[in-house]
Amino acid sequence: MIYDVAIIGAGVVGTSIARELSRYKLAIALLEKEEELSFGVSKSNSGIIHPGTQNPPNSLKGKLCVQGNIHMRKVARELGVDFKQVGELIVCFSQEEISGLLQLKKEAEMLRVPGLKIVDRKWLSINEPNLNSAAVAALYAPTAGIISPYRLVYDLSENALNNGVEIFTHAKVQSIHVLPERFEIVTSRGMFKSGYLINAAGLYADDIARMAGAGDFTIKPRKGEEFILDKKKEHLANHLLFPLPSRNSKGVLVIKTADGNPMIGPTAQDIEDKEDLSTSDEGLRKVLASAQRLIPSISEGDIIAYFAGLRPVAGDDFIIRAEDRVPGFVNVAGIQSPGLTSAPAIALMVCDILRKNGLVLKKKFLFRAHRAKTIHLFGIPFSRTRRLIAKDHSYGDIVCRCEMVSAKEVRDAIHRGAATLDGIKFRTRAQSGRCHGSFCTTRLLKILAGETQAPVTSITKRGKGSELIKGDRESA
Amino acid sequence: MIKKLTCIECPKSCALSIDIENCRVVALSGNQCPKGKDYAITEIENPMRILTSAVLAKDLSVKMVPVRTDKAIPKSKLMEAMGQIRKIKVSGPLKAGDILEENFLGLGVNLIAARQVL
Amino acid sequence: MRERDLVIVGGGPAGMAAAISAHEHGVRDILLLERDQFLGGILNQCIHTGFGLTYFKEVLTGPEYADRFINKINAVKEIEVSLKSFVVRLAANKTLTYLKPGVLEGVGAKAVIMSTGCRERTREMVHIAGTRPAGIFSAGLAQKLINIEGLLPGKEVVIVGSGDIGLIMARRFVLEGANVKAVVEIQKTSRGLVRNIVQCVEDFDIPLYFEHKISRIHGKDRVEGLSVIKVDDDFNEIAGTAFEIACDTVLISVGLIPENELIEMAGAAIDKKTNSPITDELNKSSIPGIFVCGNAFKVYDLVDSVTKDSVLAGELAAQYIKECKG
Repeated sequence: MIYDVAIIGAGVVGTSIARELSRYKLAIALLEKEEELSFGVSKSNSGIIHPGTQNPPNSLKGKLCVQGNIHMRKVARELGVDFKQVGELIVCFSQEEISGLLQLKKEAEMLRVPGLKIVDRKWLSINEPNLNSAAVAALYAPTAGIISPYRLVYDLSENALNNGVEIFTHAKVQSIHVLPERFEIVTSRGMFKSGYLINAAGLYADDIARMAGAGDFTIKPRKGEEFILDKKKEHLANHLLFPLPSRNSKGVLVIKTADGNPMIGPTAQDIEDKEDLSTSDEGLRKVLASAQRLIPSISEGDIIAYFAGLRPVAGDDFIIRAEDRVPGFVNVAGIQSPGLTSAPAIALMVCDILRKNGLVLKKKFLFRAHRAKTIHLFGIPFSRTRRLIAKDHSYGDIVCRCEMVSAKEVRDAIHRGAATLDGIKFRTRAQSGRCHGSFCTTRLLKILAGETQAPVTSITKRGKGSELIKGDRESA
Repeated sequence: MIKKLTCIECPKSCALSIDIENCRVVALSGNQCPKGKDYAITEIENPMRILTSAVLAKDLSVKMVPVRTDKAIPKSKLMEAMGQIRKIKVSGPLKAGDILEENFLGLGVNLIAARQVL
Repeated sequence: MRERDLVIVGGGPAGMAAAISAHEHGVRDILLLERDQFLGGILNQCIHTGFGLTYFKEVLTGPEYADRFINKINAVKEIEVSLKSFVVRLAANKTLTYLKPGVLEGVGAKAVIMSTGCRERTREMVHIAGTRPAGIFSAGLAQKLINIEGLLPGKEVVIVGSGDIGLIMARRFVLEGANVKAVVEIQKTSRGLVRNIVQCVEDFDIPLYFEHKISRIHGKDRVEGLSVIKVDDDFNEIAGTAFEIACDTVLISVGLIPENELIEMAGAAIDKKTNSPITDELNKSSIPGIFVCGNAFKVYDLVDSVTKDSVLAGELAAQYIKECKG
């Protein structure tokens, strides 16, 4: 089987490209090295849909972010993913800094970011009452929003599957042979052949590019530690709060995630190890101090979870281009912030690149653009829950008590691709509540073992090596 | 030699000072009642423990049935007892207190079920 | 919507004692809602002894203690037990909504007793630097896995926290053939019972480090080890005292948090630091007719105290209902 297009990497960029390409009459393969999709860079994404501020005017980042912000709303609607527009405030603390705000506004206007305005102390005290009263002004960008990054990836991938894309997990690329007519991609799961090859491999995009002979960049991981606050503090901030940016990062933010919890962070630390996802006491101290500068009432006791992510940095801008040296090979690399926002626009750009490089894109008669929204009991009124339970009793069988997740939702998640405890967590929110899985993990292990007909000792947190159970009396 | 122990027979938790020679208690101070003396002698010369664990169930509404020894057994026999427990599989409805193994390990105690199972 | 005289949320030792007490004090219409498939609550997984020393003057295991109350409940026809029933909403007017397989039900009550117990403080709530591999469990989760499911969560274990739950689990792991390498306690002494220090740690020669904390967790996919360090009187790390322990499992046993999200939802006053209900009088929440008992009210060391507390709550609720009926 020779695919028309193979995509390496099933994070938000890879799945967006796959879904966009699935509009056309093409055989597409999406290859992912982890046990499940979105287990790489996209897992640690904060979920912000940026308006486009804080990007150099002539950058790909800027252009694609603004386009992506518009497209993302339609994609979210079609796939049934919640997108919430909340607006952002870039805050400054002195009259001197206002010139910095004005410069940001000017650059953003060049990128056509809509609705920008500078708001003053009075506006801030009414619309952002918990904000540090020392803040003098802010740049308000109304089109900022929040989305669940991994629910987006899963919903994109389901829609892509539904439109004929073949998805292969556990497929780690080991070598790439560039032949005159096609690529032969050797993976841990066998060999794939394709006419065109797209490199959306996140942290490892440089390795992939080198394997194909198209590697002239290096990906350096930049770590960001994030700290999630108790949902009871939901109303700490009404908008996404940013300080003035530095060269390397947008700074420590105070935001709300799509799940409703406030979140503070990230740090920005250049490291060497692409697998180092550890958090640190120092990171906590830095983030807390910076966050308290924006919202003084935040305290360490509000923190209920934390994690780290790695930004795949390849210089200052995205690298999205066909490689002349290797015809048919397209690099989509260095996709750090605003990568999530830009993803739909990146997908369109890649389609364009493929078209210009000889791939015939013929629209399908039947493209299934819509996907039924995933049912979450925590997000629907009781009247709807009652109707669901009447049709399927297991909607009333609550597994995760803190987030109100039923056995039916867990089984559905497994049928849609969840193969690990993290996969269930990202799709349903089971285990992300107050008790962090203390009460539901036992039942989830049993359901997953039952549905996959695997021994409970083989169930993992996020793939081989992360098994939870070391022994079972029954098989001892 | 002198060994210091806290008596656990009652909430008073007396601090005992025990004189030991040839693994036998020869003198004792710190106890406020005779139970303390008994505790010290038993703890030093032949410590006893109630063993609680769980056994596999067959065709019952639960996978594991909690069990216990109805009286204490020598501490030195705990791991051997665990080995024996791992071999047991119970079936049939049970009441709390039902004897699963009489004269468990020949120690004069019974292994009993600790809950009702249907 | 049907109105019951008394609805009790939670069928562990607290809820059961409250139900029986309310009945003894004249209440004849009681609905006991329990989310699990059995009554007994946390006692079902507490297979060790230490229960009933004061209340029954016997040495009982958790399930045996629960059994006494379950039998009493089953003998009283005016106590209706609804299992697998999960309360999703409580309002100040004492109406509740609960889910069970096949059912979403609303019910009203003259009085409500909340006996919802506690959850454990987890790794996520205390900042421990390092990675997030598999192999980190709250002590209660490990206890459930071993005692109810016969599953062993790990073979080389370090226990964080020397409270009773942590100590009990140290012994449990050893008896199941695992190697417990250390118990690490940040305070100068253990809050656990002396009996447990003797029979769970000293019996098995497990090193117990006081005034120490975990400074870092290592391991990419599964726990590989811990960095442990000594702390001073202000709990700050003392430089130069760190050492490593190789292990595959970390048990977190650092405290219990009362589960009061439901009465908070109803608008009752809650102490933000302890998550306990703020109350003028024993067992009464700030909403008249809604009572709290057991660990949800106050984190007790012994279940005997939970029973005593819940018997009182049942009596108070019965009095309240009587007054309602005029």
